[in-house]
Amino acid sequence: MVRDMQRYLRPGLTSTPFCPGCGHGILMGLILRAIDQLELNMDEMLFVSGIGCAAWIPSPHFNADTLHILHGRAIPAATGAKMFNPKLRVVVVSGDGDLADIGGNHLIHAARRNMDLTVICATNMIYGMTGGQVSSTTSVGAFTQTTTQGNQYRPFDLCKLVIAAGATYAARYSVTQPFALMASIKTALQTNGFCFIEVLSPCPTQFGRHNQLGSPADIIKDLIDRCITRRKAKNLSPEELRGKIITGEFANDAD
Amino acid sequence: MAQHRDMVTYYLSGNEAIVEGAIRAGCRYYAGYPITPSTEIMERVSIRFGEIGGVFMQMEDEIAAICSVIGASWAGAKAMTATSGPGFSLMQEGIGYAAMTETPIVVVDVQRAGPSTGQATRVASGDIMQAKWGSSGDYQVIALCPWSVQETYELTVNAFNLAEKYRVPVLLLTEEAIGHLRERIDVVEVIEISSRRKKPGAAPFGTEERDGVPPMPIFGDGDKVLVTGSTHDSHGFRKTDDPLVQDRLVSRLNEKIENNRERIIDYEAYYMEDAPVVVVSYGFTARSSLFAVRALREHGRKIGMLRLKTLWPFPDSLTRNIGASARVLFVPEMNRGQVAGEVKKYVSCQVVSFAQTNGEVIYPDTLIEELRRHL
Repeated sequence: MVRDMQRYLRPGLTSTPFCPGCGHGILMGLILRAIDQLELNMDEMLFVSGIGCAAWIPSPHFNADTLHILHGRAIPAATGAKMFNPKLRVVVVSGDGDLADIGGNHLIHAARRNMDLTVICATNMIYGMTGGQVSSTTSVGAFTQTTTQGNQYRPFDLCKLVIAAGATYAARYSVTQPFALMASIKTALQTNGFCFIEVLSPCPTQFGRHNQLGSPADIIKDLIDRCITRRKAKNLSPEELRGKIITGEFANDAD
Repeated sequence: MAQHRDMVTYYLSGNEAIVEGAIRAGCRYYAGYPITPSTEIMERVSIRFGEIGGVFMQMEDEIAAICSVIGASWAGAKAMTATSGPGFSLMQEGIGYAAMTETPIVVVDVQRAGPSTGQATRVASGDIMQAKWGSSGDYQVIALCPWSVQETYELTVNAFNLAEKYRVPVLLLTEEAIGHLRERIDVVEVIEISSRRKKPGAAPFGTEERDGVPPMPIFGDGDKVLVTGSTHDSHGFRKTDDPLVQDRLVSRLNEKIENNRERIIDYEAYYMEDAPVVVVSYGFTARSSLFAVRALREHGRKIGMLRLKTLWPFPDSLTRNIGASARVLFVPEMNRGQVAGEVKKYVSCQVVSFAQTNGEVIYPDTLIEELRRHL
């Protein structure tokens, strides 16, 4: 049996390391489908990732050059490769802890330089691999291994952050919005300059179990309820918007 | 600039000579972050790379600088960064990653007086042990230490050659006094340049090669290279719970340097034939040491000198041999005896550490006075 997207997967791999109900497998499939639909040549692509669950989306699975570098440093490594060989189409895929916490400085500086990179941030609002600690994208009040009384600090709005720093393209979608997300990935891959997509990806194992969303179905349902489009959000009161995650394209300054 | 048929003469500072040596070696990617006393390197790169078609990036910190250098190296560049004490500390995780992934890079540390911010404009050689042990786990680097502007140029070329040949981070440990010293240097027309070996289809982290150094593919050639700082097999697949793969990888990463140490290590010996007292010296301090040794020789004192150009891997058998015939090994350093401690590991004769950590160079007169006590 030949699996869908098989030719984009590194030979010899039979499964992913992701937990049941993890959204990263959906994101992995959508990135590859976007590449397939655009008919991009994987030999000209470089995928760079840092450390964490999401960093395993491209490495080792994608059948292209993949650089799995230090925690937080995917963007500078991608910058070096892209600057030396501009023919490489360089895509960074990593998690919120990697790109926004430890690597936050690199994120804003790459946006400021409008570095020609596509950065896909798989946000599960928690440190999954290390056992479920709070991250800079965890919602206020959410329970984690290090916020047992509820998180007291506000999360980053990563799209606003990179737009303020000068990103050409910024969008946010959830893996529960697969078609819109895939279209966004395609747009980013075809757009020059710094392109950033934040992808909400459920983590039932760590986020779910601390927040009464332990089953994959529960946390997916929760994401579907919470993620609303910009158009819908426009007509809602601040009361109604509480707890919602607004999705859509927030910047698309491509010429 | 005087032109000879096969030689050109320049008048450069040590920091400037690093840039010219790097360009000569084929370096075409540089990323850095400003820090005294290394900054002139980056400033000159920003101009010279514009002339020669290299890529220069001033990054947001030293961590970004070394990681972008690693990314550029895998994209096919001979790549370098330069820094000083505190920045060198920030780069340590990247140095460990480069060692683990066998990425050829050159890192320059223009040493200044520490610890921490210390005296930014003052000299020291306090980073010798940081260079060897600064990152986590068991790994090897090569560290070179020049004593003049001329040798700074030559060792910069050599640093790239060794990095490419052994797929290892090579550290050029200079000092503030060399970085800011201006001297005449002669550059010959023909210099040996080594570049990494490519072999399409070969395992990029394999163990088949006799010297332990696998060929290195680069990004963009269609080799679908898989690079990770996690423990990996010969094709780069993560094997993070396999004791055999871990043992085999760590052993090879260390042995490819250890087993080639006689080919890597370089030094100079002066007046060693009949000397019971030998000064073991390196870097700027070796200039004062040689002056002192010559002055004492003129007074008939039997004293010799060994000048280390390679600090890591440490010249263990060389030290052992000299220790077998000498009575005293005298090790003057601008630190608290970092190399003296290493020397002690290999000899049973007396080892005298002369440590100076006041941010000044060690003067010849100071050494002459100290050495008289042991002659």
